[in-house]
Formats: sequence, C-alpha cells, structure tokens
Amino acid sequence: MKYDLQPTLPAPSNTIGVVAWMRKHLFNGPISSVATIVLGYFLISWLIPIIQWTILDADLFGESRDACTSGGACWVFINVRLNQFLYGFYPAEEYWRLNLAFVLLIGSIIWLVLPRTPFKGWMALFLLVVFPVIAYFLLYGNSFGLMQVETHLWGGLSLTLVLAVVGIVASLPLGILLALGRQSEMPIVRSVCIIFIEIWRGVPLITVLFMASVMLPLFFPEDMSFDKLLRALIGITLFQSAYMAEVIRGGLQAIPKGQYEAADALGLGYWQKMILIIMPQALKLMIPGIVNTFIALFKDTSLVLIIGLFDLLAIGQAANQDPKWIGYSTESYIFVALMFWVFCFSMSRYSMHLEHKLHTGHSNRA
Amino acid sequence: MSSDMSNSGHKPDGGSAQPKAPPANQPKFWNDPKKRSLLFQTLLLAVLGYFFYSVVDNTLTNLEQRGITTGFDFLTQEAGFGIAMSLIEYTEASSYGATFFVGLLNTVLIAAMGIIAATILGFLIGIARLSDNWLISKISAVYIEIFRNIPLLLQIFFWYFAVLRTLPHPRQSIEFFSSFLNNRGLIVPAPVAEDGFGIVIFGFFAALVGSWFMSRWAKKRQEDTGQQFPIFWASVGLILGVPLLLFLVSGMPMVLEHPELKGFNFRGGITVIPELIALWLALSIYTAAFIAETVRAGILAVSHGQTEAASALGLPKAKTLRFIVIPQALRVIIPPLTSQYLNLTKNSSLATAIGYPDLVNVFAGTTLNQTGQAIEVIAMTMAVYLTLSLVTSMFMNWYNARIQLTER
Amino acid sequence: MKKNLISATALMVAMSGTAMAGTLETVQERGAVQCGVTGGVPGFSVPDDKGNWKGLDVDLCRAVAAAVLGDATKVKFVPLNAKERFTALVSGEVDMLSRVTTWTQTRDTQLGINFAGVNYYDGQGFLVKKELGLKSVKELDGATVCVQSGTTTELNMADYFRTHGISYTPVVFDTNDQAAQAFDSGRCDSFTTDLSQAAGLRTRMQDPSAVGALPEVISKEPLGPVVRQGDDQWFNIVKWTHNAMLNAEELGVSSGNADKMKAESSDPNVKRLLGLDGPKGKGLGLADDWAFQVVKQVGNYSEAYERNVGKDSPLGLDRGINALWNQGGLQYAPPMR
Repeated sequence: MKYDLQPTLPAPSNTIGVVAWMRKHLFNGPISSVATIVLGYFLISWLIPIIQWTILDADLFGESRDACTSGGACWVFINVRLNQFLYGFYPAEEYWRLNLAFVLLIGSIIWLVLPRTPFKGWMALFLLVVFPVIAYFLLYGNSFGLMQVETHLWGGLSLTLVLAVVGIVASLPLGILLALGRQSEMPIVRSVCIIFIEIWRGVPLITVLFMASVMLPLFFPEDMSFDKLLRALIGITLFQSAYMAEVIRGGLQAIPKGQYEAADALGLGYWQKMILIIMPQALKLMIPGIVNTFIALFKDTSLVLIIGLFDLLAIGQAANQDPKWIGYSTESYIFVALMFWVFCFSMSRYSMHLEHKLHTGHSNRA
Repeated sequence: MSSDMSNSGHKPDGGSAQPKAPPANQPKFWNDPKKRSLLFQTLLLAVLGYFFYSVVDNTLTNLEQRGITTGFDFLTQEAGFGIAMSLIEYTEASSYGATFFVGLLNTVLIAAMGIIAATILGFLIGIARLSDNWLISKISAVYIEIFRNIPLLLQIFFWYFAVLRTLPHPRQSIEFFSSFLNNRGLIVPAPVAEDGFGIVIFGFFAALVGSWFMSRWAKKRQEDTGQQFPIFWASVGLILGVPLLLFLVSGMPMVLEHPELKGFNFRGGITVIPELIALWLALSIYTAAFIAETVRAGILAVSHGQTEAASALGLPKAKTLRFIVIPQALRVIIPPLTSQYLNLTKNSSLATAIGYPDLVNVFAGTTLNQTGQAIEVIAMTMAVYLTLSLVTSMFMNWYNARIQLTER
Repeated sequence: MKKNLISATALMVAMSGTAMAGTLETVQERGAVQCGVTGGVPGFSVPDDKGNWKGLDVDLCRAVAAAVLGDATKVKFVPLNAKERFTALVSGEVDMLSRVTTWTQTRDTQLGINFAGVNYYDGQGFLVKKELGLKSVKELDGATVCVQSGTTTELNMADYFRTHGISYTPVVFDTNDQAAQAFDSGRCDSFTTDLSQAAGLRTRMQDPSAVGALPEVISKEPLGPVVRQGDDQWFNIVKWTHNAMLNAEELGVSSGNADKMKAESSDPNVKRLLGLDGPKGKGLGLADDWAFQVVKQVGNYSEAYERNVGKDSPLGLDRGINALWNQGGLQYAPPMR
C-alpha cells in the first residue's frame, strides 16, 4: 500500500491555454465558428487601413499643410489649432485662468470620487456652491484685477464644460424642488410641477434653445438684455431640471417607506425629515442617475452650435472652413469625437462602477 | 411609478384626540398644516399668475412698441419658397400653413423610419452582446460604447459628409434594379397605381381582418382541444397572398415609373434625398446603441431559474426564448424603450443642421425667418413635439399595461 | 418653484442694464458699441484665427465706435445667424446690425427696425462648377440648388424660377457656409447667394478656380446697417457715420492724410467734414471731431472697401455699382453742412 499523495496532475491540455479558450469562446459550434471567421476577416480588413491611416501614415508635427506628406491623417491641422479647440477665442495670455478653473474642477471631482478621502461633504458643498462663484470670477473677470473676457470669446472644450457644469449644478436645486413638489400632497403644487416637468421633457432641446435665443428677449421688459450665453444657459437649465427632477424622484421612491414613517414618528417636520433623513440616503442612490443625465447633457451641449455659440464641435466646423486647411475635416471631426468620447466614456464607467457598488449595499428590494 | 408614498409631510395630526380647546390655546394658523398648505398654494398661484401676467404683458408691450406683427394670419399667406421633399402636394404658391404640414409629415416619416430601424438593430446587437461567442459579444460592446458616447449631432455631420463625399455625380450613378444611387440621393422607380388597383388594397385589408378572426379561432381551438395551429405563418400567407393573387388576377394594374437622367438630375421615380439617408442612419445607429443596452438588461433581468425550468420541461432553446424569456424580458424593456422612442423623435429635430426639411427646418426655420413671428411659430412647433410625445407615451403605457403581469 | 422665482427675480435685477430709450447714452456708459455681425462671411465680417474681426461690415461698426467713443477698438462683436438677428436688435442685445442685411419694405416697416443706409449694393447670382459649361441661369432647369434658409435669396430664387418656368429642387441650410460646403461636395448643381458673399465663400472651396458665377443677377440686394426703430438720434449717428466715410472718399481725405488735412486744408467741405466748421457734432450729440476720428482710425469708404472686398483682398471685387456717384456708381452721400 502506498500512502503518499499522488502529485496533482495538470488539467487536460484541451481545457487550458489559448486553444481551449478559443474553442470555448470562439469556435463553440459550427454557426459560431463561421461567424468568428467571417467577422474576424472583416475586422482585420477594416482595422488595418484605419490604423495605417490614423497612426502609421499620419503626420503630427509641422506648421502648415505642407507638413502632411505621408498620405495618412494630417494631425498637424489639429496640432496647430489645438489651443482654439481647447480655449476658443479666449486671449492667450489669460489661458491660465481656464486652466486653473479646470484643475479646481477636476481636483475636487477626483477628491469626491476617490474612496476614503475626508471631508467629502464639504468638498461636495464646495463644488456645488463655492466653485461656480470662483469659476465665474476667474472666467469672466472684470474684478479682482482680472481683465474682463467677454463671453463671445469663450469657446471650444472650455465652453462645452461651462455649459455642461453650469447646466447640472444649476438644475440640481431646481430639480430637487420639482421632485419634492411632484410628490407633494398639495394638489396645486403637484400639478404645477407635473406640468412643468412634462412640458420640458416633451420638447426637443433645440426648440428650447431657439426659444431662449429668439423669444426670451421679448418676454422681459425692454430695458433688460441678456447675454447670449446666459440665455442658452437658462434654456439648458430649465430643460435639464425637468430630467433631474425625474432622477431625484426615482431616488426618493427607492427609500423604504419605513424611513418616512420613522421620521414622522419622531415628530420631525417635513423639511427636517427631508433634509435630515430622506435626502442624505436618497442622494447617494441618485448619483449614478445624475452622472447619466450629465453625460446626456454633455453630449447635448453640442447643439448650441445651431444658435451660434462656438462649442467644441462648432470650433471644429469653423476650423474646417479655414481656406488654408481645406480637405482635412475628417481629422477635426475625429478629434472632436474622441474628446467627447473620452469624457463620456469615463463618466459612464464611473456611473456603472457606482451602480455596482450601491447594488450590494442599501437598496429597496423588499 | 407615481405611487405617492413619500408625501406624508402634511398629514393633519390625528386630530380626533384633541379636545376642543379654548380659542387661546388653538394652534397658530401657520402651525395648522391644512391652513398652511392652503396659504402656500394660494401664494404659489399668485406668484405664478403674476409671473405669467408680467411675461405676457411685457411681450405684448414689446411687440406693439417695436411694431412687430402678431397673430396667426400669416398661416394663410403665400409662402413663396420651395421645399426639397414633401409628402403632400406643395409648391411655392402654397401657404405658410402648408409648410407646417409638410414639415410635420417629414418629421413623422423620419421618426417612424428611425424607430423601426433602431428597434431591429438594437435588438440584434443587444442579443449579440449576450452571445457565447467572444468576438460577437465584444464587437457589440465596442459598437455600443462608441456610438452612445459621441454626440448625435457630430454623428449626423459625419454621415452626411461621409456619405456625400463618397457618392458619385448623377452622371456616374451606381445602378442596380433600375434604381440609381448618387450624391443627389437614391432614386427608385415609383409605383403608379392604375384603375383597378383599389381591389388589391381592399384585399389587403380584408386579409388583415381575416387573419384577426383566424387567430381568435385558433386560440379558442387551442384552449378547447390543445391542438396548435401555425397562426403566424398562416397570417403572413393570408396578408401577403390575397393582395398578390388579386393583383395578378386583375391584370397587374400598376406600372413602375422608371427614373431617367435628363439634364442635371433624374426625372420620375422617387428620390430619397441624402439628408434623409444620413439622418436616418445617424438616428438609428445612435439610438440602437441605447436600445441594445436596454434589451441586454431586460434579458439579464429574467431569472436564470426560468430558463432552467423551461429546459427541465423539455422546451428546446428557441421555444424557451420565445415563450419564456422574451415575454418576461419585454416587461422590463418596454418602459425604457418608450423613452428611447421619444428621444429619437425629439432628436430628429437635429435635421435642421444638415437641411433635411423637417418641422424645425422648414417651419421653425424658413417660415420663422420669412415672417418674423417667432412666438407663434415656436409655440406651434413645441406643441407638435409635446403632442407627439404624449401620444407615444400614452400608447406605450397602454401597451405596457396590457402585457403587465396580472397579479392576483 | 417659489425659490426658483425668487432666484429668477434676483437674476433679472442683477442683469438689468442697457436702457433702450437712449442708445447713445447706453453705449457711452458701457464704453463699447455692441454690433451684430455674421458668424463668418469673408470680406464682410469674419474672425481670423486669433478672433479679430475683419470685413466691410466690421469696419462700419468700428467707424461708429470711433465716432461715438473716439476709439475704433471699442466694439463688442456679436455673431448672429439670420434667424436671430432682428430679435437680437429689437431686444437690445446689440445696438446695431451690420450684417449683410437686405433692405426690404417688410423688414423696414413690420419688424420694428430701420435701415440706416446702404454700405454695399449687391445682387443675387448663381455659382456653378465650370466643367458643366453653363452659360445662363435659364439652363438650370431640373437643377438642385443649395441656398441659405430664411433669406431674401431663397424667395428671390423661387420667384425667378417660377416666372421663368424653370423647375428646381432647393436644398436649404441654416448658414451660407453650410450651403457652400454642400455645393462644394457635390450635393447641388448650383449655389445661390448675394454675389459678394459668393465671391468670399468661393475662396473657401476645394478648388476655387473650378467654380464660376453665371452672368444673371436676379435681384437687387441693398445691404446696409440696421438700427432699432424709435431712436432717431442713434439712427442719425449710424447714417451719418456711413455718410462721413463716403464724403471723406469724395473729398480725398483718408486715414493717411487726415491729420495733415485737418491742419492744412482750406477746402470748406473738408473743414466741415473734419469738424473745424459747419454743423460739427452738436446735432448728433457727439464730439466735434467725430468724423475726423472715423476717417483717421478706420479710413474712408474706399479704404474699407479695398482692404476687405476690393482688389487688395482675396475676394478681388471691382467697385462696380459701389463706386461713388461721380465715378459712375450708386454710392452718394448727402453733403455735410
């Protein structure tokens, strides 16, 4: 008799390694195999020229179109105009102001996103209340010894960010009020909120922007004029607050009824209950939804080009019309698309990550 | 969705136990929830009323001071401009009112086309995303992540200019099945009905009614006897076969009007303009990415036990999908699908960026510019989208309610 | 909702400014003229890659700033599309439009605006690819034509084709740029717009030399500055700024010799123009040397014309009907006395 343990045998060779993986995931069955081969063929025959055009044969450095000699993409075009894509017509010596605002924004967002950083609450407050004020003075100037930069000089990625961030920050409080109003017991308050929300959700953003740019001036006394950017922002905020209200309502409804009843039992008033008990729990649940509306808004800001503001996409189009660079519009569209994509994709990943995290914690799956 | 479970804020406090106290001890009126709520709502109404009053007042003053014409009289005036594509009779001599309907119909057309294509593409990709085949699933994932994270407007521009640049001039058209493809669009032969075509249309509707009765009969028979009847294929045969038969019997009362190259462009036939093609591609591809995610989530939401139970019952895979998974998944899919349809309809307004003559381009664009009556025009445009949205969501709510589980 | 309204009210209070009753006072208080221009029509108003605005229309805005504020750089340019322009003007967002706008009866009488002159006499024409070998607009039967929406151009074309029994398909875009781009990429057989703009847009096409204009000019397009109705003082200022530039050309005063002329000239007309004599700036509420500042800082009409749309510019347009009246053109300014 032998009592020694036999050494563990390696797994059969056809269940491990590349071959086994391919058998399991690429060639599991005749139909699947055919699909893999056909798709693989198309993929390779498309990818190779694309990679060749965008990377291998592309030109990146230079001053004018003469630098584009390799036959591939002419990234020189983007390179030369990069500042305009990022800062619009903002005066070059004032770029630091945009950079500073951007660093503040990204810095505080990273602070909030990273796990285990202290003072998250204060940071959120900073981002929602203090930062917009700082950013306004930084960007617009005309005080604290900063030169005034008119809004019609704003453009490019920085304008896109301004539109999206202001749209979200300003629509949040409005959205909360609307969501609470929609759930209120007071019939008039409720119907006013429902009508407001449904009207804005029922019309396309582009008509809202038309309204803001063409009609809004007629609504106010004649001695009052609005900046074009401000008008667009008002339109975007009103539009966005309706969507925000629906996200917040979803969050409120996900809080178990017991929480409301417990708060009532403690004798808390309506606002105490909402601010101390419901909102802190609900807000956490709403974050993925808010991030998703932010992504939608971020993409939608490109519509302002129709009313003549120079956001990232509009700057790209303007660049295409430069007689010195005719024929390179593909490059600028690709660049603009890539910029949008990077922002939206990373945000959507973050929101998915959050949803996943929240899923395991508090939820209302009774 | 709108279960009001959270509105316990202003509950009158039990009330019954409170003894009738002397007036001095009565709660102050602002502590009485009922009165407070009344006061608050009156205040809200007053503020809103004042707000609207001042907006209307300002607008009227402004319009009058600046001598801007108001009213809807312009709708009957002659428009005087041409429109590239119209589903109804329209000439330069038609009225501004007609431009409204031309734009409206073009919007409805692109929305309907987009919804159909996006649904098919979205379902295909959503299911492919769940495929066992790694390559198929990854390609679907890449598709979804690329197209839903790039602004639709950019995609519309891309398709419009990409499509236009690659297509040839009319004189070098690509020809197939007596249709022509060039940078003026896709020109296909137009079917022109002759006398006697009415019977074919009649046959089509008769077949529709017939198949409805047939399905009722088949259902009843299955409930009574358990025997199944291939109702789907029978209906398809009926609906396609009857009109075709009538068409042949009545001596084919239809001719195809073939497009011909004359001068600059093709004459005759139906021209599908490139703006429509580009917008349609962009809208369907963009929305399909969202629908695919919805479909995937819906299918994943069906508990695995359901599939296992079905295989335990011995149902083959196709039948499991058809009778077990999809009906349950649809309940999860339909609400978000509705909002995607609404989004698509609203997004079709981006047509104006590439010059497809939809409502925003024709009516809120050219007509607004020519008449200068911004308020009337924008209000009418918004009303249309609002109505379309409400009608779509009402229909989908009705459908949703119909397929919802009837819980006992 | 209530809070929303309060904040809206606060916003309104914060934003209140620009009284429309006296545009001149508002402009002086603000220290800048707000001028509505196009988003980019080469030769008329277009930002260069540093965001500096250039063009004939732009120079008129600068001239008004020079007259009113004594500094031609004090202009805030507001790019407006065809749709927004009149609302932006009547609502006070801009003080004047200098935006290739055609003077028509409807606009002058029904939109609450006034045209203050004509700084460019234009006409509508058709661009086609030369390879088609076309000789006349009449040969365009069945053609597809790219056009900008909401302009007189669109209506003129419809009228012209209708009266001549020519069939056509319009493809309509929000901006002239897009229309030109679509024509360039082959979407249309022809592109129609005011000829001056066509000349500018042609420079942006892939091969400008392959594109030519058909001989017919199918409309009158007097383009000029526009102001709000009901402020006669401001109306006069804009009107006379343009007149001053024309008179300066007629009298041979230019930015180069303005100082010298002011010091030396004995011509009473020149003296009146430069504010040494005659009506000066009193009736307009401006400084006496207002016209001198215009000529000194911006130049006379000929200078503005040549550097933006004339021989020295990429557009290379002849003076044609925009020559002075005494040189066979239509530009005629009333005397300054």
